Amino acid sequence: MGKNLLAGFKWKHYVNYAGVGIFALVFTIMSLTTGLPSSTLYLLEKIAISVILAVSLSLVVGFLGELSLGHAGFMCIGAYIGGKLSAVLEGVLGNGVLTLILAIIVGGACAAIFGIVIGLPALRLKGDYLAIVTLAFGEIVKTIFRNTSNESFGGTLGLPTPRYDKKTLFIFAFLMVLACLAVTQNIIRSKHGRAITSIRDNEIAARAMGINVTKYKLMVFTVAAFFAGIAGVFYSYSQFNVQSDKFGYNYSIEILVMVVLGGMGSVNGSILAATLITYLNTKLATMLTGEMAVLQNLIYSLILVLIVIYNNAPGLKGFREKYNFGILMNKIIKKKPEHEHHEGDDSAQWHRIPTKIKMDEIISTDIVVKDYTKPDRANKGDKGDE
Amino acid sequence: MSDMEYVLETKDLGISFGGLKAASGVNLKIKKGEIYGLIGPNGAGKTTIFNLLTGVYMPTEGTFFLEGKELRGNTQEKINRAGIARTFQNIRLFNNMTVIRNVMVGLHNRPEFRCSMIESMLRLPTHFKAEKAMKEKAGEILKIFGLYDERNNLACNLPYGKQRKLEIARALATDPKLLLLDEPAAGMNPIETDDLMATVKLLREEHGVTILLIEHDLKFVSNICDEITVLNFGTVIAQGTAQDALNDPEVIKAYIGK
Repeated sequence: MGKNLLAGFKWKHYVNYAGVGIFALVFTIMSLTTGLPSSTLYLLEKIAISVILAVSLSLVVGFLGELSLGHAGFMCIGAYIGGKLSAVLEGVLGNGVLTLILAIIVGGACAAIFGIVIGLPALRLKGDYLAIVTLAFGEIVKTIFRNTSNESFGGTLGLPTPRYDKKTLFIFAFLMVLACLAVTQNIIRSKHGRAITSIRDNEIAARAMGINVTKYKLMVFTVAAFFAGIAGVFYSYSQFNVQSDKFGYNYSIEILVMVVLGGMGSVNGSILAATLITYLNTKLATMLTGEMAVLQNLIYSLILVLIVIYNNAPGLKGFREKYNFGILMNKIIKKKPEHEHHEGDDSAQWHRIPTKIKMDEIISTDIVVKDYTKPDRANKGDKGDE
Repeated sequence: MSDMEYVLETKDLGISFGGLKAASGVNLKIKKGEIYGLIGPNGAGKTTIFNLLTGVYMPTEGTFFLEGKELRGNTQEKINRAGIARTFQNIRLFNNMTVIRNVMVGLHNRPEFRCSMIESMLRLPTHFKAEKAMKEKAGEILKIFGLYDERNNLACNLPYGKQRKLEIARALATDPKLLLLDEPAAGMNPIETDDLMATVKLLREEHGVTILLIEHDLKFVSNICDEITVLNFGTVIAQGTAQDALNDPEVIKAYIGK
């Protein structure tokens, strides 16, 4: 049996676990011995949260081929439910690992239930229409939590949550990244993953082959929502106060940008893009302050445009093929490139994937002009009474 | 109830869209191991019949039986699992998946490769066993169609004739009792058509599959089909052996006018 298991072992299937593991381990050791500045710790937490969100969304967008613009809504449910639960449990169990685990389970489960609710219209709606429904869902969730009373979920004041020990929270977050990766990849690289990708490629043919489209669509939405909820719980733990404004349309789009830039249908790409974008955003926010803050979105969007051009420009095709990440990796371990395709590693080919909506158009909507004289108030006037 | 000797039996099968009767009163009786042809001019309702038999449309009149079991009103998924598989007039492959994976999707529901989602998620031995067995079985099916060497290419990179074959291979992978082929030879050159004819005959002889096919190539039809039904404007105008049906005056009238 052991021999059989080894025969199926492919190093490239595990390289991302190793990458995330080593990344987390290095910082864990640094944090526990020499100590890290709290800004770095906060950045690490944010990266872990982004990676969980991006990987879970890539399951919906990249592999099922449905566009969901409400991922921040699921995260919001997880953040509020998990945050509230941990605030309640703090008095009983203390602010320990047990509280964290309970909050994760309950927060994720609540988000998963809403994932089923959103999965149901997804069975009938396609493309743009589903995007609108999920978008509305995200905004509704956000608005509901904003209008709660101060005693229940804090309302406009925000929900005060217990802050977990800064030095170790990111370790748990990265453990959750590994769990999320394992679940996502194990689904994708199985017969069930093939069924999901077949729905993406041709739903009519998938039905004709006896694939239970209903079951798989619901399943994907539920799993993605579950992990988004968990990311929300970690978010609530990394803050002193959870504000519902955070979970708006812009945040959903930011997660989508991570998935699209990473290459649709590429889990590794999502991880890299999530890390990069989170790092970039945080660095830009801290480097450019005062008057220079105006440049923040400009530089950010310029970088996104450059990445999209790099991924798609026909003139750069030769360059892309020469310096392809996979080929470079093969060169390093001195292995001939295999011509075998694996689910989950045809990177940067999202323009071929027939998602039911044009991805290029969506990226362009992310560039929102903010009024920096009145931070955070800029969008509210336009949206009226949400 | 229906007779067991027929793989497929339809009784007054028909559908109307509003006032338009796309098909009506279609009675087909297909014996086990037969290759049965369904022909007719454009818009005669041939593909509509296929859509009725695979659950894409719900028949508004009549019903149909597969080996004596009534299937009317079931979903496409259930009908496929009951044993009717089809190909499409315009090829519908999973283009971004490799050739072998296309066939493995067809194997999805076969009981011998059962493996639950939890087993896959936890990577239990059943998962590896099922995956290995599926890969072997898919390889065997590809060998029948001479596609084994292309197994790791993306389906969209195959030439047209091979894409058609892959679609049949994928349908065959679901282990059907009845295989519906919608214009399998459309757009093929004479050599590819002959090759396909040989493959279809092989399927019947070595795999015991019963086949119902739509085809415009009358040479193909008369060479391969044991029996044919000619449709025009949604109704049956002739039925019988290929020779008899094609010489029927009604059929000649429908095809080339009076």
